Amino acid sequence: MKHLLSAADLDREGALALLDVAEEMAATQAREIKKLPTLRGRTVVNLFFEDSTRTRISFEAAAKRLSADVITFSAKGSSVSKGESLKDTALTLQAMGADAVVLRHSASGAAHRLAHAGWSGVGVVNAGDGTHEHPTQALLDAFTLRRRLRERSGGDLGGALDGARVAVVGDVLHSRVARSNVLLLRTLGADVTLVAPPTLLPVGVEAWPCRTSWDLDAVLPEVDAVMVLRVQRERMGGGGFFPSAQEYTRRFGLDGRRLRLLPEHALVMHPGPMNRGLEISAEAADSPRSTIVEQVSNGVAVRMAALYLLLAGEDAA
Amino acid sequence: MASARPVLEAPEISRILTRIAHEVLERNRGADDLVLLGIPTRGAHLARRVAERLVAAEPGAGPVEELVGSLDVTMHRDDLRRRPVRALGRTHVPPRGVDDRVVVLVDDVLASGRTVRAALDALSDLGRPRAVRLAVLVDRGHRQLPIRADHVGKNLPTAAEESVQVLLEEVDGQDAVVISGPGEPRPPATAPAGPADRDEPAGGAR
Repeated sequence: MKHLLSAADLDREGALALLDVAEEMAATQAREIKKLPTLRGRTVVNLFFEDSTRTRISFEAAAKRLSADVITFSAKGSSVSKGESLKDTALTLQAMGADAVVLRHSASGAAHRLAHAGWSGVGVVNAGDGTHEHPTQALLDAFTLRRRLRERSGGDLGGALDGARVAVVGDVLHSRVARSNVLLLRTLGADVTLVAPPTLLPVGVEAWPCRTSWDLDAVLPEVDAVMVLRVQRERMGGGGFFPSAQEYTRRFGLDGRRLRLLPEHALVMHPGPMNRGLEISAEAADSPRSTIVEQVSNGVAVRMAALYLLLAGEDAA
Repeated sequence: MASARPVLEAPEISRILTRIAHEVLERNRGADDLVLLGIPTRGAHLARRVAERLVAAEPGAGPVEELVGSLDVTMHRDDLRRRPVRALGRTHVPPRGVDDRVVVLVDDVLASGRTVRAALDALSDLGRPRAVRLAVLVDRGHRQLPIRADHVGKNLPTAAEESVQVLLEEVDGQDAVVISGPGEPRPPATAPAGPADRDEPAGGAR
């Protein structure tokens, strides 16, 4: 693996291999000594042009647990605020000896550009580009689902998501998590239904490998997991996507009543950060079927696996 | 394929493992505090077989599950950057852990000693055993590090260009140890080889 840019880059075999490596990484994180020598001497640059707390910390923890050197670079207080381009920043990082770059950028396609423009030879991990993709988030969601749903497939992790039904609810339009999740979950054999008001579905969604619905109450009794997306008000500018927060919550918020519509075994997921009281109620977020905290710790294992596959072999940058 | 010759077959392998089980017990003066950790893929299966024989010989040794585990060394190897990226094997330590116990590492082929070096590092991340011993099915020489085995199934003097392959029922559908000469195709394993390539001497690793 040279880059991880999109969930679509992974075929079923590749995705399962990454998730299996993540299982072993997760096992090492339960030990007293969590650090492994595997990436000693490698340098990972976290290049964050957009604010992010959990993703940046998660990647930083993952790289450090594998003994890589980590340089964190956030746009605030850097030359970017003086007008430096992505290209010049990339050249600078290469000159400093970076082996991999973890990139978060507000422009969709930024990671692809950095990887394929021929500016540098470093491996690129997309940590979220605009409203496009966030593949490691999709991988950690799949990892979490797979672990929780494996009992129903007879303990077999490989086929644990075959036929699983997942609802992705909320602001699909502004969500990079939704696109990556639809692609990856489909690759792993799950059926995905997007539930959102028509104003929050992207143009061309009918070409995505999933179904869409506007009726959350009808979808919930049928699913194995419901993934609630954050309403990204910072991307909504003047608004007009829904009449009011109260109406959004009434139609699409996951509250206690809707929680009880779910089948006994179904899980509640959220990529964080949550708007409690808007897309998810405290009762749903804190219920025993919520995997929200688990998703965060699984994120470190999944990112360790991605960095391992990107940097450990001879073909790595 | 013509000159790929089997040097050990199933009955001999079975006798060797029985002998190693008895040697381990003798050396340890019983089964107290013993933990057998096999190095995936084939070492893990060998460790389980030795543990089963050990329990059969010494009924007080306790259930096999509490005696045997596996120790993946991939992330501690020194040749990661010389090969394509590898899948990881499973590390499983029996419930009582390794602290203050006698750990017997089990692997199929001992050559350069680099795998064992990696295993010692991996083990020190899991705890502090009272002693560590090494049992291998085949010692083929060509050591590159100051490492020796405590229990050896068979010493196999080989040329560096030759390839030694251990086939096991659990992975390959049959038990055998095969030597093939330079430039020959390796005998086909019936199951996907996967991380077994680790045992190839071609890269000079073992």
